[in-house]
Amino acid sequence: MKLQRHGLVVALAAAGAILLAACGSDPNAGGSGAGATSSANSPAVDCNGKAGLTAEGSSAQKNAMDVFAQAYQAKCANSKIAYNPTGSGAGVKQFTAGLVDFGGSDSALGSAESGPAATRCQNNPAWNLPLVFGPVAIAYKVAGADSLTLDGETAAKIFNGRITTWNDPAIAALNSGVTLPAAPINVVFRSDDSGTTDNFQKYLKASSKGAWTQDAGKKFTGGVGSGAQGSAGVAQAIAATEGSIGYVELSFAQDNELGIAKIDSGAGAVELTDANVGKAIAGVTVTGQGNDLVLDLTKTYAEPPAGSYPLFLATYEIVCSKGYDAATATAVKSFLTVAATDGQANLSAAGYAPLPAEFQQKLLTAIQAIA
Amino acid sequence: MTDGPAGTGEPGDRWGGSVSAPVPEAGIPTEPRPPDEGTSGATFVQRGDRIFRFLATGSGAFVVALIGAIGLFLLIQAVPPLLQNNADFLTSRQFEAGDPNNLHFGILDLLLVTVEVSLFALVLAMPIGLGIALFLTQYAPARVARPFGYLVDLLAAVPSIIFGLWGLFVLAPVIQPFALWLQDNLGWFFLFSPGNVQIAGATVFTAGIVLAVMILPIITAISREVFARTPRAHIEAALALGATKWEVVRMTVWPFGRAGYVSASMLGLGRALGETIALMIILAATPAIFTGSLFDGGATFASKIALSFAELNNNLSAGAFIAAGLVLFVLTFLVNAAARWVIARSGAKA
Amino acid sequence: MSTTIDLDKAATAPTFTGISAGRKARNSLATVLMTLAFLVALVPLVWVIWTVVSQGIAAIVSSTWWSQSLNGLLARQEGGGAYHAIVGTLLQGLVCAIIATPIGIMVAIYLVEYGAGTRLARATTFMVDILTGVPSIVAALFVYAVWISIFGLPRSAFAVSLALVLLMLPVVVRSTEEMLRIVPDDLREASYALGVPKWKTIVKVVIPTALSGMLTGIVLALARVMGETAPVLILVAYAPYINFDIFGGNMASLPLMMTVERSNPTDAGADRLWGAAITLILIITIFQLLAAFLSKVTAPKTK
Repeated sequence: MKLQRHGLVVALAAAGAILLAACGSDPNAGGSGAGATSSANSPAVDCNGKAGLTAEGSSAQKNAMDVFAQAYQAKCANSKIAYNPTGSGAGVKQFTAGLVDFGGSDSALGSAESGPAATRCQNNPAWNLPLVFGPVAIAYKVAGADSLTLDGETAAKIFNGRITTWNDPAIAALNSGVTLPAAPINVVFRSDDSGTTDNFQKYLKASSKGAWTQDAGKKFTGGVGSGAQGSAGVAQAIAATEGSIGYVELSFAQDNELGIAKIDSGAGAVELTDANVGKAIAGVTVTGQGNDLVLDLTKTYAEPPAGSYPLFLATYEIVCSKGYDAATATAVKSFLTVAATDGQANLSAAGYAPLPAEFQQKLLTAIQAIA
Repeated sequence: MTDGPAGTGEPGDRWGGSVSAPVPEAGIPTEPRPPDEGTSGATFVQRGDRIFRFLATGSGAFVVALIGAIGLFLLIQAVPPLLQNNADFLTSRQFEAGDPNNLHFGILDLLLVTVEVSLFALVLAMPIGLGIALFLTQYAPARVARPFGYLVDLLAAVPSIIFGLWGLFVLAPVIQPFALWLQDNLGWFFLFSPGNVQIAGATVFTAGIVLAVMILPIITAISREVFARTPRAHIEAALALGATKWEVVRMTVWPFGRAGYVSASMLGLGRALGETIALMIILAATPAIFTGSLFDGGATFASKIALSFAELNNNLSAGAFIAAGLVLFVLTFLVNAAARWVIARSGAKA
Repeated sequence: MSTTIDLDKAATAPTFTGISAGRKARNSLATVLMTLAFLVALVPLVWVIWTVVSQGIAAIVSSTWWSQSLNGLLARQEGGGAYHAIVGTLLQGLVCAIIATPIGIMVAIYLVEYGAGTRLARATTFMVDILTGVPSIVAALFVYAVWISIFGLPRSAFAVSLALVLLMLPVVVRSTEEMLRIVPDDLREASYALGVPKWKTIVKVVIPTALSGMLTGIVLALARVMGETAPVLILVAYAPYINFDIFGGNMASLPLMMTVERSNPTDAGADRLWGAAITLILIITIFQLLAAFLSKVTAPKTK
């Protein structure tokens, strides 16, 4: 009889587990994507491709992918995309191994990576499509300073410790009319490895006229300051520490109500707005061949178009130019088309910069050429 | 995977054996001897016993092999990057493993921060844990002790990421004045000298206090169990001699439970050494070297590994972090071995 | 405890000289210190629980929290729930328990019934102790080294379960061993006397007698490993949708959901983070209560 009692307990537990397993659901995303549908230039897409697309890679574009996924489901109710933000390296690896339909990466395929990627595409070249652009804010918290302007050189000197106080003449020269305290500058950086750090340091290297002598890379190499974990940690640390400055994606600076520095690239201070980032994106030189849209950001960082905000990171979708099976090719094309058109509507609220029109056209041409 | 097949294979065999048992069993009852040696009788008994014995012994050997395998596999992964390391693994303070072509990693600062934050936590948690355990077993009436015991155990259920967030955003601002007071008044002593990070509260000091709270349930749970087992006769004998409550505790409960308390503390230390997420959130990274101050930032083995692991994409870089994990494994191995040695030496069974 | 106070009074009052002031003072000091230690420990406990409850209660009372995932929701959109993470946590815990429990029980049986005193048994006991102290991140790295680096398999929920096995195993062994040891030898001998073979004695007599304590130990061990963050961080990727496939694809779990939502700066992110925390505490508490309940319901009537 004792065993019966045990049996009862086990049966109850099992029944509970089955009950739990039966009653959950994934909410239907289509209804909530307000504003994503029926914009003026909404193109017709073929919804008859593979129903479940998979992609993996850069975590910097994760929130943009959520926006795209919502727009995609609004357009093609039965199609889904799963994007796994496991990091750029993993994205390229999984794509090359054929485990996902496309990869997401903070940098274009290197020379050593494009060979294996072409093999995965049945010996057709893989293309780098820069679909997601994320502005990076230089966020600060200084009492009494409601605006702050920096140029590449000054920013580099702040972030590698050659400028240590807020009233340094170099900062004052760019900020006439703003009273900055004689307090020390407290630099906050990302303590975890990240693509944001990598792009920020590339920007400093390109734009600082030699003031940034350190390397770029996913780890902060400035040699000063304190590190906090994740963009959330950096933004919270800046918010909590008077006299601090750091770099985060735009949305984190906004949500923590931090000051965002304007950037003066030689032709006056430029604020971080969608339009100003768009100007910089429109001016980027494409170095890839044909529809392989590899960007030369270094040039834009160093000599941005007048009136543009040049500090942003570009993340690529790595796709096969040919070599997908028909259903997958249709789905990949449909998804990317929706992402580049309808998907742009909600991007700004998620902290990304929408594509400028001319660049959007270039991308759509490439997407249509996928076979 | 070593434990995959073994894990799924065993239960099948075992339940299979017991289900098929009833039928032939009927013929055996005349067997007079204790059949545990399986010397005679039906071959089925021998076979059943042999299989069962083999499974049990195999499981025991499996655990031994498992520990060996952990050390071995970590070592296998750690050796290639160690051979290509451009810095001295044990004495370098920088840990640069992102570029597989230019590995530059040393564990000195990781080791120092790990040890300091864990010892600080232990120093805080040991006396309080002892107090709680004695209070709940010797002082509080049973009706009060049980619910409060559950309450302390509840601390163990709080996920460590919550301790991290709570420590940095709720606790740190509150203890900040005390931290500053220590720096102002005792700053001449290396432990309290001003630190190398500017983010308020993101220090070893805050981290140690949070860790102390986290290991408290471990220390009290085991100590409570040991203290509660003090033989009734000892306590009553002491009372009969006119001992006060405190003298009873000092002369009977404490000598009886001391070894258990020490080993509980060592287990707590082991947990503190390996704590990951809470420290990853609290401790600020710093390019400066660790000075030994409680108000420094830095990273422990575990937090350093967790900070970088998500973005790793080659075995060489991962191996460098696995090498750090191996050192952590050896460290916890030594701590636990020390705890066992303490128990064995004092002769008391915990 | 009340009896000891009576003894105390009865023994001292008539026969012996009074307790000196110094001893009295030391006695009260000790009492005060211990009560104080207890109260000091209560402060962070209540504080932490209060923080979690006050921040997270709004999220878990929402109608969709327990029945929906976060699939298709943007970072700043309210709504959705933690269902996918609850499923993941329970599933990973269940698979871990299915692997760890039989091995753990067999190890304990070996230690108590077969190996007692042998060299292998001493080594096993020692290694179980070492395993108790292995940090979760080391367990995760070990599985990573074998499962991903050497075998080249993708990250999966099963890899997480394997890492959790390493953490759960020693706890199961310890508690089962203790329970098997208190089974009276009379029962074993009676069984042998009836000619029942040893393995059957263990399965039909010893284990049922010890079962209540064993179940409690297993459930408590499970509760302990379900809150681990390090293994899920290294061994599986997060998914905002429901996934029941432990061998492939990404799977959420409550600790992982918390780390992911930590990098979501919006109010919705904060709600999800603290909501997941409170959910995890609730689940672990339920398991602990279940353990207490099991030990009450299934306890042998003797003793």
